[in-house]
Amino acid sequence: MGNPGRFDRDPAPVPGANAPTVAKMSLNLTVNGTPRSVEVFPMARLLDVLREDLGLPGTKEGCGEGECGACSVIMDGQLVNTCLVPAVQAQGADLLTIEGLARDGTLGGLQRSFLLCNGAQCGFCSPGMVLAAEDLLRRCPCPDEAEIRTALAGNICRCTGYVKIIDAVRAAGEARP
Amino acid sequence: MRGDVPACAVAVPASLEEALGLLGREPGRWRPLAGGTDLMVPFAAGRLPDTRFLSLQRLDALRAVEADEEGVTIGALATYTQVRLHPLVQRHLPNLVRSALATGAVAIQNRGTLGGNLVNGSPAADTPPSLLAYGARVELTSLRGARWVPYEAFHTGYKQTVMAADELLTRIRVPRPGEGFHFYRKVGTRAAQAVSKVCLAAFVRVADGVVRELRIGLGSVAPVPCRARSAEAAVLGRSLDAAVLETARSALQADIQPIDDIRSTAHYRRTVAGNVLVQMLTDLNAWINLRK
Repeated sequence: MGNPGRFDRDPAPVPGANAPTVAKMSLNLTVNGTPRSVEVFPMARLLDVLREDLGLPGTKEGCGEGECGACSVIMDGQLVNTCLVPAVQAQGADLLTIEGLARDGTLGGLQRSFLLCNGAQCGFCSPGMVLAAEDLLRRCPCPDEAEIRTALAGNICRCTGYVKIIDAVRAAGEARP
Repeated sequence: MRGDVPACAVAVPASLEEALGLLGREPGRWRPLAGGTDLMVPFAAGRLPDTRFLSLQRLDALRAVEADEEGVTIGALATYTQVRLHPLVQRHLPNLVRSALATGAVAIQNRGTLGGNLVNGSPAADTPPSLLAYGARVELTSLRGARWVPYEAFHTGYKQTVMAADELLTRIRVPRPGEGFHFYRKVGTRAAQAVSKVCLAAFVRVADGVVRELRIGLGSVAPVPCRARSAEAAVLGRSLDAAVLETARSALQADIQPIDDIRSTAHYRRTVAGNVLVQMLTDLNAWINLRK
């Protein structure tokens, strides 16, 4: 009916779709200890910058709206959901992603603990889960179960039932020097 | 990702004056962007009409939390994490600490700001009931000057506020409540991440077993966060007994206009709001009896 080629299931037109393209910005970051610079649009999500511009696909997109924690990284010492951070607000930031936890092919302590305790099944939530746990252990080196549950409350896992993840975090805390 | 990223420009002013200048020259053209935890969701979904954003990230003066004899002043850009960890907020405003803990989870609390929570205008936000219970005011600033507005008068309708297009919300001022009873309860699908179905905060001052001062703030039960004026009136000047509790529960029904939506039903919200009110009054009664 007057709109050939357009079906009900086509995405709705994007607001501002006809607006002119703005200039990219130079985004300077420290990623896992290495200075990096990329040209990106200021409202690009940090999640997409990491995965597509910086070539670090370890950070996952789950819900894309800050509910599931799969895209969590540590930015300037704080856990953040990268799907909710516009690139412009990451200017000058120091980022730790899942790729930064292993050193020279050797897994970090939390990663080993997740392996030993079977804290991963499909693995999709694991990068965010491990970084949320890393953030906790930095703030609270020997957490109890309640502290672990609070710290991981923003990270959803649909496989494990969480018990083994909590075991893994507790064991990693106990193993830290 | 359906937001039109290449079409969106972002201004990053280095000072409040610069930010207000831009808003003053082109009112309504620039959408202020604080921590992004609310705006990035509709933006990524392609549901935000804006293509010009004013990122407040460099306005460090608006992150300060300060206290004096009369109250606590919280910069609009203070995050939930900052608010809940601040010793003076912990000492004087326990409901605000509980509100901040009830909002999202760690990663949201690290980015989301108190000012953003108010300006976003959601009736389901978790800090407004506490700010209503404490009688907070908000500072709205433009190049024309600054004005203080009682937070109670800030929201004028669903997602509508008294803010002019050239104004920014700059500070939140919470008077020290002093000696009294503090209560906060959020009811959601789960403790973390969930958007509230019902939220209730209260501050109560009691003398000689009688309720002398009482403010109850409610969330998720009306188009805006609101006071429970009828329920308050049913309790003020009285000592608490079973009849007063039931009168208050009935009176509360006149204070709220809940709706059916994806998170709950109007019926559930009416029932649970009454139950949480009675829980608050029961806890208050126990608190009064302990102090006799």
